Amino acid sequence: MFRNSYDNDSITYSPTGRLFQVEYALEAIKQGSASVGLVSKTHAVVVALKRSAEELGSYQKKIIRIDDHLGIALAGLAPDARVLSNFMRQQAMSSRMIYNRPIPISRVVSAIGDKAQRNTQTYGRRPYGVGLLVAGFDETGPHLFEFQPSGTVLEYFGAAIGARSQSARTYLERNFDQFPEASLEDLVLHGLRALRDTLAQDKELLAQNTSIGIVGLDTKFTLYDNDDVRGWLEKLGNVGSTRGRRPPEEREPEATEDAPVTDAPPPEETDTVEPIETDA
Amino acid sequence: MDHMPENWGRPRSEIYGVYNSAIHNAGPATHTQQPSITGTSVIALKYNKGVMLAADNLASYGSLARFTDQERLIKVGKETVVGISGDVSDMQYIELLLERLIIEDNYEQDGHNLRAPHIYEYLSRVMYNRRSKVDPLWNAILVAGKKDDGSPFLAYVDLLGVTYSSPSIATGFGAYLAVPLLRKIASDDGDEKKITEEQARAAIDECMKVLFYRDARSLDKYSVATVTTDGEVTIEQNVRCKDMSWRFAEHIHGYGTQKM
Repeated sequence: MFRNSYDNDSITYSPTGRLFQVEYALEAIKQGSASVGLVSKTHAVVVALKRSAEELGSYQKKIIRIDDHLGIALAGLAPDARVLSNFMRQQAMSSRMIYNRPIPISRVVSAIGDKAQRNTQTYGRRPYGVGLLVAGFDETGPHLFEFQPSGTVLEYFGAAIGARSQSARTYLERNFDQFPEASLEDLVLHGLRALRDTLAQDKELLAQNTSIGIVGLDTKFTLYDNDDVRGWLEKLGNVGSTRGRRPPEEREPEATEDAPVTDAPPPEETDTVEPIETDA
Repeated sequence: MDHMPENWGRPRSEIYGVYNSAIHNAGPATHTQQPSITGTSVIALKYNKGVMLAADNLASYGSLARFTDQERLIKVGKETVVGISGDVSDMQYIELLLERLIIEDNYEQDGHNLRAPHIYEYLSRVMYNRRSKVDPLWNAILVAGKKDDGSPFLAYVDLLGVTYSSPSIATGFGAYLAVPLLRKIASDDGDEKKITEEQARAAIDECMKVLFYRDARSLDKYSVATVTTDGEVTIEQNVRCKDMSWRFAEHIHGYGTQKM
């Protein structure tokens, strides 16, 4: 009832110790389409579902390359992501120019974390309305970090943000022990399966709406879009949403097995159908 | 002829009034210094297991051998040694910069630390930036450590921002006297693989002896630093030139033609 009286600016606490503006910023992320990230011992992968405003329009870019060893996937206010990604590029360039070294992932995310936190404690400024999954590779191996408008930055084995991301998170939780030893191909397929679980009813992963970013020891950060993702989607096989439908006959019903890791995903995949998340 | 550029093309004072003296007398900003207290050569060469550097312990005040306890080889971080010649107050400033750099680098405790190539790049940027402001740090610096691929790293940067890398490098007089001697064993990239630590040390000691003979601003007491590719740094201090022969000086008078 009194929730709205303490939300006028970013620097006012509620009596229960909450910063409503920051929480509202987190809501903005939930409105954006999903992005999923995961790491193995050798690679870090991000996959994202692109949205287009209208049928004839272009699809919003969801994955941005920051440096040869570093890229991000976003969910939420894309212009805020652009500002943050430009800042990250400056930090990355600065590290190469001053120290002749690729910026360590933990340092660049600390930099944007601090930057975001400032906006939660300054009068007249608003928190950034975007969540980022930062995938990169540095001297200590591959990393995946999740960045939030509060300035919180945490490292993950697998993460998902955006609309219906809980379904993806559930898939990741069920399968994450297969990630460390997974080949690059298997890792990407896990990511795509997790992303597929965020699809709304009757939607599909298509070449136009799916984006993949990959980075690893001998792999510079590479972005796959449009025709370049067709190969991956073919390997995935089943690209359609499983929401609101009974599983087809050839699938084992209500199985709780982990999805098998094979090169050609079998039609009898055992991803359990998740309860539908309400669209905001 | 009026040699002051700020007066050229200016309207005559008698007709248009005297120019504002604050503008008139302001010349260009100039900060180029002269070094006051200085250190002489730093010499270094790569060998099969790392890099060895040496620098004497003298800080000269012009021709006065003012301080004989000046350490000019600095350990930076865990695995890097920086040797500095030239102005000593600028050297101390660089030491301060490096100390701050390492402190900040250690804030995060995240397993990432600056190594020799990074420290070298940083110093190169600082030196070139100062030269571009016409306010140089009057030094020549050698940075030694190991590269990302594990092989020895040795590079030079100076007050002009000039940079180069080689298996054997020396600053100051060492560039003329020591480098030819060092190059007898380490001249091309890859030669260092054939040099043992003993051979490297023998070459270094020989060069320091030659420098004491011929560099009139040198000292026979010096420090030797060794940075291995295993990441070990040792700095041996109070090394003295040995087995010198000054007998040639017995019968010399003056500098050339003087007979008495």
